[in-house]
Amino acid sequence: MIAFEGVTKRFGPWVAVDDVSFTVEDGAFCVLIGPSGSGKSTLLKTVNRLVVPDAGSIRVDGEDIAALAPEELRRRMGYVIQSVGLFPHWTVERNIATVPALLGWPKARVRDRVTELMELLHLDPERFRNAFPHQLSGGQQQRVGVARALAAEPRILLMDEPFSALDPITRGTLQAELATIHRQTGTTIVFVTHDMDEALKLADRIAVLDHGRLVQYAAPRDILANPAGDFVRDLVGREEWGLKRLAVETAGERARPLNGSVPDGEPLPGDTPLRRALSEMVSRGTDRLAVVDGQGRPAGVLHLSDLVRP
Amino acid sequence: MIRNRVLFALAVAAVAAAAALPFLGFAPNRLLSGRPIPLSAALDPPWGLAVLPGVWLLAAPFLRPGRGVALATVGAAVLLASGLLVLAGHHAAQLASSASPAARTSFGSGFWVLEAAALLAALDGIRRLELAPAPRIAVGAGAALLLAAPLLAGQLDQLSILKEYANRRDVFADAVVRHGVIVAAALVPTLVVGVPLGVLAQRRRAVGRVVFPVLNIVQTIPSIALFGLLLAPLSALAGAWPGLGISGVGLWPAVIALTLYSLLPIVRNVAAGLDGVPAPVRQAARGMGMTPAQVFLRVDVPLALPVFLSGLRITLVQAVGLAAVAALIGAGGLGAIMFQGLFANALDLVLLGAVPVILLAVAVDGALRLAVALLGRSPA
Amino acid sequence: MRGGGLRLTVAVLALAALVLGMPLLKPLFAALYPALERPLYEGDSFLALTADHLALVGASSLTAVVAGIVAGILVTRPAGAEFRGVVEAVATMGQTFPPVAVLALAVPAMGFGPVPALIALTLYALLPIVENTVAGLEGVPDAVLESARGLGMRPFEILWRVELPLAAPVILAGVRTAVVINVGTAAIASTVGVKTLGLPIIIGLNGANQAYVIQGAAVVAALALVLDLGFERLTAMVSRWRRA
Repeated sequence: MIAFEGVTKRFGPWVAVDDVSFTVEDGAFCVLIGPSGSGKSTLLKTVNRLVVPDAGSIRVDGEDIAALAPEELRRRMGYVIQSVGLFPHWTVERNIATVPALLGWPKARVRDRVTELMELLHLDPERFRNAFPHQLSGGQQQRVGVARALAAEPRILLMDEPFSALDPITRGTLQAELATIHRQTGTTIVFVTHDMDEALKLADRIAVLDHGRLVQYAAPRDILANPAGDFVRDLVGREEWGLKRLAVETAGERARPLNGSVPDGEPLPGDTPLRRALSEMVSRGTDRLAVVDGQGRPAGVLHLSDLVRP
Repeated sequence: MIRNRVLFALAVAAVAAAAALPFLGFAPNRLLSGRPIPLSAALDPPWGLAVLPGVWLLAAPFLRPGRGVALATVGAAVLLASGLLVLAGHHAAQLASSASPAARTSFGSGFWVLEAAALLAALDGIRRLELAPAPRIAVGAGAALLLAAPLLAGQLDQLSILKEYANRRDVFADAVVRHGVIVAAALVPTLVVGVPLGVLAQRRRAVGRVVFPVLNIVQTIPSIALFGLLLAPLSALAGAWPGLGISGVGLWPAVIALTLYSLLPIVRNVAAGLDGVPAPVRQAARGMGMTPAQVFLRVDVPLALPVFLSGLRITLVQAVGLAAVAALIGAGGLGAIMFQGLFANALDLVLLGAVPVILLAVAVDGALRLAVALLGRSPA
Repeated sequence: MRGGGLRLTVAVLALAALVLGMPLLKPLFAALYPALERPLYEGDSFLALTADHLALVGASSLTAVVAGIVAGILVTRPAGAEFRGVVEAVATMGQTFPPVAVLALAVPAMGFGPVPALIALTLYALLPIVENTVAGLEGVPDAVLESARGLGMRPFEILWRVELPLAAPVILAGVRTAVVINVGTAAIASTVGVKTLGLPIIIGLNGANQAYVIQGAAVVAALALVLDLGFERLTAMVSRWRRA
């Protein structure tokens, strides 16, 4: 759990972070979003003390991080940046093993952990173990970057626009993989981006920042349902607002209970986003779809008219 | 609180040198070593006021930094450097007026440390002013003029190095001219061979693969060794064809060796300069109907010029130094004066040779840097 | 053995042959220069001269390497950043001073002999080493430094494990330049009272003995080439990861 309390940071006359307070729950995926200069990167860096706030405090699991030695603090957290920053003179294996080596893990454990992480990030261990960063593509390098951040089993993962420099297809793939890793490991993730769609896709909670001030802190559907003012509305993008709302709700949430006949055709899993459900209805030319639960048992029926219910 | 740690460090060094090291050295004649004269002894009023700018330099480290402070520091530092020269010259004249003509007064180690500290303070101030390259070099030139003023005004004539000069005015002038001739004579074949070679090396990789390793080997061979190794073949040549006027010693081996050393920077920089011309620019020129020769003259040459001039700068600075070494094989020049002083244990003669060589190298370097900087501002 | 290793081995063998086998060449020089009473320099063995020469070059280079790298490191740390401009300016400007003039100036300043020459050579070697250390450390990408800090490396660990290894090729290039220049300047140091491989050359030039000159010049040239090739190999070893 990460608690920001009155965090303020100034660079000369410019206020980068202005009295920000909110709490990230244990295991949550929190996205910090805002335009350039909104202070999101600066705020992220206060968590691992790459930036020291001028006022306020940050508590991790109740402990004020200022009480710890910075290097100790950072070894307990993962850190991924946009430009990756792999050590060019070290192999992939040695890069990933950076923090475990600093912590003095036994060699065998390190080796196994590297293999485990490479498989998790879909990097063929045999092929890439002894490769050097310059031999990898941008997407592969960032996978190594994420693996390196996760190597010492941190409870908190900090990510500063990690996928912004990648092409859209690789970005989408990595976003999905990150979401999977989050579900599997339960790591608390604080993720900075300027891309609202990325935020809506990945976040449990979104913190919207404007010129260093926290404008809204809420779950994606709440941001879409009750945006806190024009700034948030503009950030989301007013066009296709409805479609974005459909993207964050699922079929299971809006399906009506079973009552009589079940529509024909392939049923949708309950966790399908409504946007996809709409697409299916259009493709099949129907206004009703069957919905099933995680075990494949019928759970309800989704009607087109339910999609436009407020 | 110390605001400028560089200036503070320089001030400390300067004060320590002024207190502990000799400002001048006075010897009754050439052969005996000098009696040390501290700065305090040389501060005869009103000439002692020449070190007044030093007071600012002692106070400046504690002032809040800003353009005004930096400008004042530069001014004070240059005035101090010049003032120290004036003071040294005056005191030498004072000592000479009541001593035999054979007596000599030379700069002491304290003088050199103080001068260096003052000049470095000026350098630090110029840096803090954050000037563009061309104004920066202009300020440097201005400072050089201020430092040269006492020399040109005859203020320093009683210092031993200038007494040596006075004794050898013609020899010195000849040596300077000779030094220039050696460098210039080597420059012609260097450019005639080096520039086309560079163009060729850029267009055909294979040429580069042969030429660069050879030139690199030449660069690695120490100059005195190359002069020595040229001795035998050139002497043999001279023996076979005396009418050609070649010799194993003197101007010929010097010019040949200098040319060989100068080729690498020129060839490398011509090739690199041409390499830096973006292909689309060349293509556009051809597209406009220019012939290959016109493309070369109007596109390649202007765009590659700054890099080429940098290579020329490196070449010339290197050549000034090599010409000094060439004095060992009888080529003459300022090196001859320097080595004559070394062999005869006449230390002021060594200075008379070595200091002008250094000044010449620095001047050539500055002039070409200015040329490159000025080029950078004009549209390609 | 790949190309680089082969060339170095050949050069070392050639140098060894010249240094140890010079006396064997006496008949050759006698035949080339029949008029010379002494066709072979026998004032000292070439082995002793080479050892003295290497001692001068080695001592000055080693001192300059330690002092220069430390200075370069200090000036690129936040605490020393204020000094960087002046240090870089001195290093750049100092390299326009011809080394022979710097060597000669050691005499009026400190007298004749090995110590003034050593000081002059050390000071001159400092310049490219400091310049290249600063350039090399500056060349480490910011992203690499940021992730090193973010992962929890201490400043010294970052310097030792990341910055210096990545800067090593550039630093080595500076050391190489300094050493090669020093070999030449050390030869000229025979004119300021130091016994080096320049001695046969100087004596030969003064006494019109071409054989002496060639012998001294050949060994000095071979020595410079061996050291240069050695540094080339060292640089290749240090940047092996780049060519993977």
